[in-house]
Amino acid sequence: MKIFEKIANIDSRIIYLLLLLVVLIPLVFKLVLPINLSDPVKQAYQAIEQLPEGSVVMFSVDYDASSAPEIQPMLLATLRHAFSKKHKVVLLGQWALGLPFGEIGLNEVAPQFNARYGVDYVNLGYRPGYRAQMVGLGREIRDFYATDYKGTPLDQIPLMQGIHNYNDIDLLVGLEAGQAGEEWIQFAGARYGLNIIIGATGVIAPDMFHYMQARQIRGLIGGLQGAAEYETMINHLGTGVAGMVAQSWAHLLLLGFIIAGNVGYFVVRRRKQS
Amino acid sequence: MMQIIGTWIAAGLTLAIFSFLYKDNPFYKFAEHLYVGVSAAYAILYVLYFDVKPLLVDKFISEQGGERWILLVPAAFGLMMLARWIPKVSWLSRWSIALTVGIAAGLGITGQIQGILLPQIRGTLVPLTTVNNVLMVVGVISTLIYFYFSAAHKGALRYGARLGMVFIMMAFGASFGYTVMARISLLIGRLHFLVYEWLRLVK
Repeated sequence: MKIFEKIANIDSRIIYLLLLLVVLIPLVFKLVLPINLSDPVKQAYQAIEQLPEGSVVMFSVDYDASSAPEIQPMLLATLRHAFSKKHKVVLLGQWALGLPFGEIGLNEVAPQFNARYGVDYVNLGYRPGYRAQMVGLGREIRDFYATDYKGTPLDQIPLMQGIHNYNDIDLLVGLEAGQAGEEWIQFAGARYGLNIIIGATGVIAPDMFHYMQARQIRGLIGGLQGAAEYETMINHLGTGVAGMVAQSWAHLLLLGFIIAGNVGYFVVRRRKQS
Repeated sequence: MMQIIGTWIAAGLTLAIFSFLYKDNPFYKFAEHLYVGVSAAYAILYVLYFDVKPLLVDKFISEQGGERWILLVPAAFGLMMLARWIPKVSWLSRWSIALTVGIAAGLGITGQIQGILLPQIRGTLVPLTTVNNVLMVVGVISTLIYFYFSAAHKGALRYGARLGMVFIMMAFGASFGYTVMARISLLIGRLHFLVYEWLRLVK
């Protein structure tokens, strides 16, 4: 019976150590699993794929360092897809600390497609205002974004000369680690009819499925699994796919701990009762 | 060279944060405080340089006529928010907070009705021709019964509420599963950085 007591009271540091090993081994040995594609991710892909060449896609970078491992692969994959289709990219964000990640993503992907700053893409940066800003952008982007991320007035940027509000945006890609995704759906989607796809952390993704079901968003990329699926669809394997074996092994380990912990708990309780 | 230094700093801070898994220690505290401080400084400078300066200061200098003076209104409300630091006039900050809360509430009410309630009701009115649709409608109705507190949960209501609880538990389970995936993803992200960019064990 002692073994069950030990299982029920296992030192959390042992769990951390085992978790470290099951995540580290697949990464070091570069193990890869086949990725199954889900409908929400396929629909997100189709939303960008089916836009006519030269469409304007707005990216909202609404995350920071604490969720970048999940969402940055989504940003890179969707940016690659948009640039490969020769769409124009307008990037902004509702999280001040997220903008460096947007800039890193643009600097990494844009040169691979010979995209030129100001002509093919622009980074507007972050402005406070949140809901009020989302409503205001439907009237005039310049009311909130007088300049871009580098301080250049928008009217001096060729790409922005014909872009004033949501009427000039064909699709919004919201990359979300918080509530901003729901706000985009409420204030840009419902009010102005803007087409939206959402890429969300695993914590946020379950709350987004009902918007998918009600057709309020065109597609959903959920967590690292969603990023891996998107990378598979654009045939450019990145950190999303690289992390999925580690993810699967870690899930199996945690399932084992949940089962073992419950068995230990119930056996010890029964023994105490008897 | 700068990139190498940056990678080593990032790796050191990652290990300092991970050290908390063993127990609380000064390295963890240092990394935590550094992150909070840098984040706050970045956000303040960003807002000052890209928001307050171009949209308030520069605009006030360049604008002509009545619009110029309207800018003094948000400037005054912003300054009143800072009055919290001065106990004698700290009450002034309540006006700014009241304005913020009022705008947020107004936007929130319209957003919730227009953006969530009505589209979600529309999304629930589906033909009961597939198993998914039947499950969804039954789930919505039974969950609503669970949160209906104007009558005792007896008879048919009791069964409806219990079924609702089952659906709620399933939703919690799905959320927990996704949360586990999210947390593991963060670990994968940091270990990927340590293995591929810092130690370069794998190319």
